Amino acid sequence: MREEPILRVIDVTKAFGGILALNRLSFHVAEGDILGIIGPNGSGKTTVVNCITGFIRMSSGRVIFRGKDISGKAPHKIADMGLARTFQIMRPYYSLPAYKNLVIPLFSPRAKRTGGWRGGGKLGDRDTVGIDILEEIGFERDSYVPYKLASTLPTGYQKRLELARCLALKPDMIICDEIFSGLSMSEIASMVPLIERLQMDGITLIMIEHRLRELFRVANRVMVLNFGEKIAEGSPDEVMANEKVKEAYFGSEEVEEVMNHA
Amino acid sequence: MDILIYGVINSTALALMALGFALVYGTSRIPNFAHGALYVVTGFIVWSLLRGAGLNYLLSIIIAMVITGIIGALMYQFILIRVRGMAISEIIASYAIGIAILESLRWWGFKGMSNTLPVFWEGSITIGGVPVDFHRILVVVIGFAVVAFLWAFTHYTRLGLALRGMAQDERAALMLGIDSDVMALVAMAFGAMLAGLAAVLLLPLGNIVVEKGYSVLIQAIAVCIVGGLGSWMGAVLASFLIGFAQILATVYIGSQFQMVVALLAIILTLILRPSGLFGRQKELEERV
Amino acid sequence: MNVEQRRKERLDRGIKVRSDTIYALMSVRELAYLTLPRFVLIAGMLVLPLAMPGMYWQRVVSIVCIYAILALSFDFLAHFVGLVSLGGAFFIGVGGYITALLNTNFGMSPLLSVPIAAVAGGLICTLLLLPCLPLRGVYFAIVTLMYPLAMARIIEALDILGGTDGIMGVGSFPNRWVEQYLVIAMVLVFLFGIRRLVNQDIGLVFRAVKDNDQAVKASGISITLYKAVAVFIASGIGCLSGACLVHIYMWSGISLFALDFSILPIAATVIGGSGTLVGPVLGCFILVPISELLRAFGTLRIVFYSLILVGFVVFRSEGIMVYGQRKYHQIERWVKV
Repeated sequence: MREEPILRVIDVTKAFGGILALNRLSFHVAEGDILGIIGPNGSGKTTVVNCITGFIRMSSGRVIFRGKDISGKAPHKIADMGLARTFQIMRPYYSLPAYKNLVIPLFSPRAKRTGGWRGGGKLGDRDTVGIDILEEIGFERDSYVPYKLASTLPTGYQKRLELARCLALKPDMIICDEIFSGLSMSEIASMVPLIERLQMDGITLIMIEHRLRELFRVANRVMVLNFGEKIAEGSPDEVMANEKVKEAYFGSEEVEEVMNHA
Repeated sequence: MDILIYGVINSTALALMALGFALVYGTSRIPNFAHGALYVVTGFIVWSLLRGAGLNYLLSIIIAMVITGIIGALMYQFILIRVRGMAISEIIASYAIGIAILESLRWWGFKGMSNTLPVFWEGSITIGGVPVDFHRILVVVIGFAVVAFLWAFTHYTRLGLALRGMAQDERAALMLGIDSDVMALVAMAFGAMLAGLAAVLLLPLGNIVVEKGYSVLIQAIAVCIVGGLGSWMGAVLASFLIGFAQILATVYIGSQFQMVVALLAIILTLILRPSGLFGRQKELEERV
Repeated sequence: MNVEQRRKERLDRGIKVRSDTIYALMSVRELAYLTLPRFVLIAGMLVLPLAMPGMYWQRVVSIVCIYAILALSFDFLAHFVGLVSLGGAFFIGVGGYITALLNTNFGMSPLLSVPIAAVAGGLICTLLLLPCLPLRGVYFAIVTLMYPLAMARIIEALDILGGTDGIMGVGSFPNRWVEQYLVIAMVLVFLFGIRRLVNQDIGLVFRAVKDNDQAVKASGISITLYKAVAVFIASGIGCLSGACLVHIYMWSGISLFALDFSILPIAATVIGGSGTLVGPVLGCFILVPISELLRAFGTLRIVFYSLILVGFVVFRSEGIMVYGQRKYHQIERWVKV
């Protein structure tokens, strides 16, 4: 008997004026999964994230997270329930140093309740917990890196900071919006173990990606969107063999490459 | 019955006051907080030309409106253009200009003297048992005519279509070769002239007082917020809603409540439906 | 062909680096570098009433402090929370009327009614501004602009709360010196207090709300709540200063909602340097005496402030204290590229 999926998206539709960004999209995510969402540009991937996490009001449909209906709730309430997200266009708090960026999520009611990612019990000094989290994420503790202004960090570090921001909430699930984009091959290579560790810690992940090869290394299930509709779902191999998917990516070199190396 | 008639008159007056503001905001997204100042300035110019220089009334009106339009254009070209895009700076800049104009007029001694403009047409008729003077009827007629004209203008003339295009999507309009700065300039000049038009129509019904500048500003903003910033249909509808609400308040409570009604309308709209009746800025509720 | 190019280089001064954190204890010179500006400010302000020739100028100092508190509240909201308040007069009016009513109707001593007016006024203002807090900053500006204008007209039209005459016979502070040093102390306390606040954790949340409110929402924090807290703080100190003003003048009327109180703090902030918190105070010290001297010109002084405001906004000048702090901490020089 399958246990209740941690996230269920039911018939979600979103129309922007005359444009249908999402059309009766339904899927669910089991606890502990890493679901990859892929699809050509404009297929509605970021809109899905925005609808699930409450940043956009859906035209119709429901979203159930851990058995509770979160459709139409405010974004901070959804984050408070344990569903965190990263932003595709990241903007850390530029005027603050990196570790101070984490003070804000550690200030939230959820962090106060849960003690904030490995903070253990009572929260303690937010600055210290912030540095601890950054060390988990891969910032070298004894260097000056955590103390640099967030605006001066290289992209790889900024992406990790974005992830750290989610982790500070001790979430049950994180939706990563194009977290691999803009990173070099070596930076991605160092992010992958981090993602795997998150999964081992029991966090469910949804990853929206364009970089298919890297995504397929971590994801155990993949869903393909096109024009706001789900056109395929399954394991990475199943999905890439699907005719409709190939059609959607027609001529894309990346798909050819993945296919040839599979 | 008289509620109906006065309601219509008041609503048209509000619509006239708000149209200039709505036009500028809809096209260039600049909230022109000097709108009230332009209103009073036009009245002042007409008064000076009429009583001071002894010019013909119609001529004074035309000259005054043109001058106001020029003031609006200059305001945009030399000041607002530099803060274009920074919403708060735009507000501060246009508000400061508005205050500078209004308070200068106040200092010039405009407050105590009973400066009045003559009505266009003396006399009154009775409609359904209610005496209505000709000037007020003229206000309603011209008001409807202006709305109709604006609608036709923005749907059938090249310039009007360009303005509408900019209002809908600035980037797309830019790609089609519409110069956003020129359009904003045109919109500002037109908006200023509409403020002037409202002034010449409505000021004869009372006297020219600097305070009117502030109340016109508040009422224009109220209409635009209730109707939805950026929607003209909404502005017209909102002016009727607020207009009738004000008349009802006047009849049942007292005539001083007009400002309260406007303020309440704004607060209620922001609580219940921030993007207004027909607001196209649904982002307020969606906040992507 | 060799074209020499130069660029401007900005370096921290040696003494600034030497006085970083604990190294400041190394010598008196470093300690002085850090503490001297503050010391001068505090000492200067405390000495001011004693140095003033006569009661008129002593009152001017009090008025400067009232405006300075308003300017602090504006700078705090605008620079650290991202909310531009175009209607400081609203806070002054609310605080002033509350204390006047408490004083004349219930015979409460100013030492009691002023704090009550501050807290109650803060609550009322926050409640009235609540609808526009979840929305974009533009709406806050619009609503704060309108409230004082509307309130003045409503009071006049409905003839409540004393109408155009205002509430007369408001009690004053027990002692002339209390009156003056109270407001000076308030300015200093609020100045250093807010400075401290914006570096605390909750202050960081405010600054984050200004910087990127979507990220704050995604971190599980309700931005409406924290904006409300910030507005409460700012309006509370505004109401406090309004209450003091009413007891200084012993009268409360519609002029509390005048444009003066809305525009001058903004002009002072812009001149003094936004974000430094000291700058707005300094700006008030400059503008208020000028406005007193210009009193003969009537409302022309408001024209004067507005023109200054337009000038600074349009030309995006940095302000005195920003320039001053930069010069104090850093040296600039031209270097060859």
